[in-house]
Amino acid sequence: MRLLGLLLAAALLPLLPQAAEPAGDGRRSGLADMGAATQAMQRDDSRNPGMLWVLQGEQAWSRPAGRTSGSCAGCHGDARQSMRGVAARYPAFDAALGRAVDLRQRIALCRQRLQPAAPEPAESEAALALEAFVAHQSRGLPLAPPADARLEAPRERGRALFGQRMGQLDLGCSDCHDALAGRRLGGSPIPQAHPTGYPIYRLEWQGLGSLQRRLRACLAGVRAEPFDWGATEWVELELYLAWRARGLPLETPAVRP
Amino acid sequence: MARSLITLPVSVPRGQVFTVRVLLQHPMEGGFRVGADGRVLPRDIVRRFRCLYDGEAVIEAELFPAIAANPFLEFSVRAADSGSLLFVWEGDHGFYQREQRSVVVT
Amino acid sequence: MTKPRPTRRQLLAVTAGSLLLRPAQATPESLAAALRDFSGGAPLREGQVRLEVEPLVDNGNTVPVSLSVPGLPPEQVQALALFTERNPQSEVIRAQFGPRAGERMLATRIRLATSQQLVAVARLADGSCWMQRVEVVVTLSACLE
Repeated sequence: MRLLGLLLAAALLPLLPQAAEPAGDGRRSGLADMGAATQAMQRDDSRNPGMLWVLQGEQAWSRPAGRTSGSCAGCHGDARQSMRGVAARYPAFDAALGRAVDLRQRIALCRQRLQPAAPEPAESEAALALEAFVAHQSRGLPLAPPADARLEAPRERGRALFGQRMGQLDLGCSDCHDALAGRRLGGSPIPQAHPTGYPIYRLEWQGLGSLQRRLRACLAGVRAEPFDWGATEWVELELYLAWRARGLPLETPAVRP
Repeated sequence: MARSLITLPVSVPRGQVFTVRVLLQHPMEGGFRVGADGRVLPRDIVRRFRCLYDGEAVIEAELFPAIAANPFLEFSVRAADSGSLLFVWEGDHGFYQREQRSVVVT
Repeated sequence: MTKPRPTRRQLLAVTAGSLLLRPAQATPESLAAALRDFSGGAPLREGQVRLEVEPLVDNGNTVPVSLSVPGLPPEQVQALALFTERNPQSEVIRAQFGPRAGERMLATRIRLATSQQLVAVARLADGSCWMQRVEVVVTLSACLE
């Protein structure tokens, strides 16, 4: 009930001044909702803790793994070229699995099928580092969800999840992140919740983490039971979030509170 | 070997000051948090950092548990001759890491 | 699947009810002792030290801070230190400058357990000390695991 009380209090506070809006339609990244020092932490690669994982991923890219001792570089060459634009169009449809997958799953599938090597466990430092390195190659590019008819149904399910009231607090994502974005919940600004910089360095975690991990915290925040790790709901939500954020530039690795 | 990220200018005019930034991947477990099993997670922090310029001290710092994980430090050096900067981190459980970078002075 | 770390709420709930070997919070005495240890007993005058930190932090787990002494010749400033009023331990960082140091400045990121006062101290070569105090507000994040 404390959260609901804070929510009511936040509704009485004035709107935050609007920060830079690259989309020109009122949509903006969570970067704009942070203080100057945290923004500087993200913008400067010499200050951004997420770069420690990007560097780790860069090394993993060239490291042989699996039965054929291939490395990512063995097939994909220089990631700066081959991976440019890739993260911006995920989640994407995987024909063999017959469903949409996020970037981490795609990397794991690639390792499993082609190297072949066991995929790194989800949310492990190694998996996050490789995902951060690949996504980083799309930094600055606009999010570009693919116009794939096979993604329409799961994306619609994601849209429904975004609006669905959940948990003991009976709140949907939309109730805060559409209706009340720009206001404050307790001391914290409510962002519009665009997944423009994942995996992110979250100050709360003092480490790097995935969108799935962040969304679990959202569900915990409304006292809802989070979906299982790897559940299709997360990919469906991400499909909708990516569409909702289309055109906003990718920022990986972003820094967020 | 913990991952580190060290940033300094490509070259510096003699006599000028320049900024160095260092980031180290390290949990900096303060020793105050309680784990899911109800037991205090043991302290595991970097306790000391120093930077030497051709063997002479630039800065020596004692770090305490209040320093955030993945410790970041930014400090200033005065450029003398071209030479080498040595960075050393030491901490709990025998943690020891040294990195070296060249300074190019024009 | 990695086990989620305990939230700060869980941590506070557990430590409030349990016996600890360490105090859960620094006392004014422990802060005074820490200041005395750094200053060597010299009186702490207000001024000269610039302590930059946001008055309302984005997250108490990682707070950027910057200390500097812009108004004094660098050779005069021997050491800089930062202390907190209410963290479990008063000291945050103590740094001594050597002959190759440039400007007397230091930036880092710190953890703050709660809203409190930060104290930055500069010790000069002649043993005298200057300090600056800043109040910082720390709120809990809304959505934690």
